[in-house]
Amino acid sequence: MTEPFEMVVGLEVHAQLGTETKLFCSCANDGFGAVPNSRVCPVCTGQPGALPVLNKKAVELATQAALALNGKLAHKSIFARKNYFYPDLPKAYQISQYDEPLCLGGEVPLRLKDGKTKTVPLARIHMEEDAGKLLHAVGSQTLNHSLVDFNRGGVPLIEIVSNPEIFSSDEAYAYLTSLKEILQYARVSSCDMEKGEMRCDANISLRPKGQAKFGTRAEIKNLNSFKNVKEALEYEFLRQSDILSSGGRIVQETRLWNGKETVSMRSKEEAHDYRYFPDPDLLPIELSPEWIEKLKSEIPELPQARRERFVSAYHLSPYEAEVLVADQAVSDYFIEVLKLPEAKNSAEILAKLIMNIPDFSPIPAEQMAALTHLCLQKTITLNQAKELYPEIRESKKDPKALVEEKGLAQVLDEKILRDWVQKALAANPKAVLDVRGGKKEAAGALMGAVMKLSKGKANPALVNKLISEGIDKA
Amino acid sequence: MKNLTSFSASQIAQEVSSGNIKAEEVALAHLERIKAEDPKVKAFITVLEESALISAREVDLKRSQGKKLGKLAGVPIAVKDNILVEGVETTCASKILKGFKAPYDATIVEKLKKEDAVIIGKTNLDEFAMGSSNENSAFFKTKNPWNLDAVPGGSSGGSAAAVAAKMAPLSLGSDTGGSIRQPASFCGLVGLKPTYGLVSRYGLIAFASSLDQIGPMSRNVEDAALLLSSIAGHDLRDSTSSPEAQTHFSGTPLEKLRGLRIGMPREYFAEGLDAEVQKSVWNAVNCLKTMGAEVKEVSLPHTSYAVATYYIIAPSEAASNLARFDGVRYGYRAQDVKNLSELYEKSRGEGFGPEVKRRIMLGTYALSSGYYDAYYNRAQKARTLISRDFENVFKEVDFLATPTAPSAAFKFGEKSADPVAMYLSDIFTIPSNLAGNASLSIPCGLNKDHLPIGLQLIAPAFEDEKLLALAATIEKAVNFPQLN
Repeated sequence: MTEPFEMVVGLEVHAQLGTETKLFCSCANDGFGAVPNSRVCPVCTGQPGALPVLNKKAVELATQAALALNGKLAHKSIFARKNYFYPDLPKAYQISQYDEPLCLGGEVPLRLKDGKTKTVPLARIHMEEDAGKLLHAVGSQTLNHSLVDFNRGGVPLIEIVSNPEIFSSDEAYAYLTSLKEILQYARVSSCDMEKGEMRCDANISLRPKGQAKFGTRAEIKNLNSFKNVKEALEYEFLRQSDILSSGGRIVQETRLWNGKETVSMRSKEEAHDYRYFPDPDLLPIELSPEWIEKLKSEIPELPQARRERFVSAYHLSPYEAEVLVADQAVSDYFIEVLKLPEAKNSAEILAKLIMNIPDFSPIPAEQMAALTHLCLQKTITLNQAKELYPEIRESKKDPKALVEEKGLAQVLDEKILRDWVQKALAANPKAVLDVRGGKKEAAGALMGAVMKLSKGKANPALVNKLISEGIDKA
Repeated sequence: MKNLTSFSASQIAQEVSSGNIKAEEVALAHLERIKAEDPKVKAFITVLEESALISAREVDLKRSQGKKLGKLAGVPIAVKDNILVEGVETTCASKILKGFKAPYDATIVEKLKKEDAVIIGKTNLDEFAMGSSNENSAFFKTKNPWNLDAVPGGSSGGSAAAVAAKMAPLSLGSDTGGSIRQPASFCGLVGLKPTYGLVSRYGLIAFASSLDQIGPMSRNVEDAALLLSSIAGHDLRDSTSSPEAQTHFSGTPLEKLRGLRIGMPREYFAEGLDAEVQKSVWNAVNCLKTMGAEVKEVSLPHTSYAVATYYIIAPSEAASNLARFDGVRYGYRAQDVKNLSELYEKSRGEGFGPEVKRRIMLGTYALSSGYYDAYYNRAQKARTLISRDFENVFKEVDFLATPTAPSAAFKFGEKSADPVAMYLSDIFTIPSNLAGNASLSIPCGLNKDHLPIGLQLIAPAFEDEKLLALAATIEKAVNFPQLN
């Protein structure tokens, strides 16, 4: 039996800032999928004599990330050179931040599967430039040499370093989910992992449950999805606990996740000495309190606040708020529609519509408002609205016109409804008896019969009422 | 016939602008002079015969079309070979950059072109500007035109020799620890290290980024001011260039010196200073005194730490700056390598010369984990103290007057075996780079071997205009001879 170990995890997340241009030159920051080396200049390819000039927008976004994560911004921070040789690093140093980062501290709120919450404190947030990318094959053809694509070189990143206060793979997953959500909502990064806009390294060590002292850690690199992080941590937990249980010792090293297992990349002894020192080509970043205030006021509503508002102001259930807010575009759309006068008092209807339409993709807000209005007025049922939705999206027709054209409007006239109900009661005596005998669900058959007679247009609430009355009377 | 190679740059610009002479004639005269003199002096790595004539003709055409010409109309300028001129080989006098064609123009080269200057060639230097004699060039040694057995100084030795030998009226050098002023002193020229941040470094191949500054070298102060006016100014591509950088300099001599306070730091007139140099500097300062300036002895107490401080900071930055020469994207790449680390080791091992390697090793060591605090950090603290020395002394005096170098030009081989002796030849110039202030060398006499002696004048940061004015005043008083 293995000892009851607990994993202690710290995560380092790199997020690409959503700027127009790179961190130190005016090359476009849109190189993903572009022709290799089509987004390059003397600065980002490290030509002799070229000098970096800091992109102000990148500092703004990084500052907003720090604010969104409740970090403590440094009034003065500096760029440092991290020196090492690699062909994807054209200057042979990466411009990063070292002992005076942009932000110290901060926190990421976690919502766990069991409904519990927790806050993971951050160690720091700093800015740095990305490296280029090595290509070892072109298409399916492996090369006997490597090629370098510098499109990504010099792209602005922030590195968010957590404290080692994540204690399970589920917590790690929740951490990344929450962090991504916050960065997206703050419009700092689109965090598209497939495009490499968010990348993660994990430090993991084990210790017997209840022990305060940390064990020896391994750093796992190459984690390019949340699932990878979770799986790699679970794998590494087993690997380390096997070693510890059999009396072995963990070696401090860097390991690589290959999709199935972690493999050793380099030991502590082989670790680089990066010889950090302040970059003499760049001035310190100095943030004035006024500027910070201004940036703070420009941060859009963050997910936690939005969830709370959806519950308090729109009377959604916490679950509905959770689902809608999970996708920023969707929750923005939700708010946009509700701003229209026609959608007044339709928040709950709108939420249900959005959540129930399969593969929801938005139609113009005005049309959506009209559709919710039709539901609110009980002209059509939610179900009908849902069925109508794809057609509205395709045909771009006005929902009201479409409802009329299709003759879908609900029948609310009690005289007509009563007539249908009576016919249904007469045709289903057994159901009537069952309901009288206390079998309430038998009323479903009666409702079905009315709907059939009305071709689905009878208002269900009214029909329900009339069925009860009819049974009581008969 | 007019002796065009004896013209000053200001004269040339004036005559070309007014149409009295053609830029093409000027270029041809200097190219001819290069053909005659450079085989002896060896100032140039590249002579841009063809492109110089093309740009000279363009200047003439522009004039014939009635367009207004720039400040440097038709003035031939020699550019140190660590400054990028688009399409032209830029080597830093290193094997590792042999054949490297600059992909863009340095900011200052753009500016020169805008002012209608004619870039006549790229001049020799100590490899990557590391040296004080030009003996560290990977290609050949430039000679001192005053005496071919003497070094021209360094690292901008080629730029100095080109102007002294009248192969160009103006040249650009770069100064990290004295690389403009010391060769100016050795070759009898005016050499200005502008205030750090006055001239853009974009397109100057970095040696030590926090110390490097491009500046003019010329045969008179007015020309230095003219060139500085063309290259100075804020550059959005260089974050360390100053937004307050002035762009106009006249180099007009001061009318009166009454009330002007000149300090002579006692630490610069200590043991090891050549007696003839000392005498010559004193004479020049006495001239100023006679003209009404107040001269007093002052102290810069941390001067003795300057060389040590410099030889930590400069190599640290250099080790990082020169890491990009890795054989991957440009420059020399070793053949027949088995793997990546061999590619790096062989390309750099074969591409760099011994002094460059020495400094890369020094810098790598100073920055390495466990040594950073003892070396780099302490050097930064010492640098602050040295800067403070200047701040304090400039509360007492307006300028400092010192020797530029401890001696006149020395002979080839005299110091090349002893790096520390070589390093000490920059002992008086290094502090200005550490402090970032404005500093200039102006000839103040000849020694008994008929070799020039330089007077260094130091002004507070961004007082470059006043510094040039004072230099012009001395120039008038001293009446230094030119070579024929």
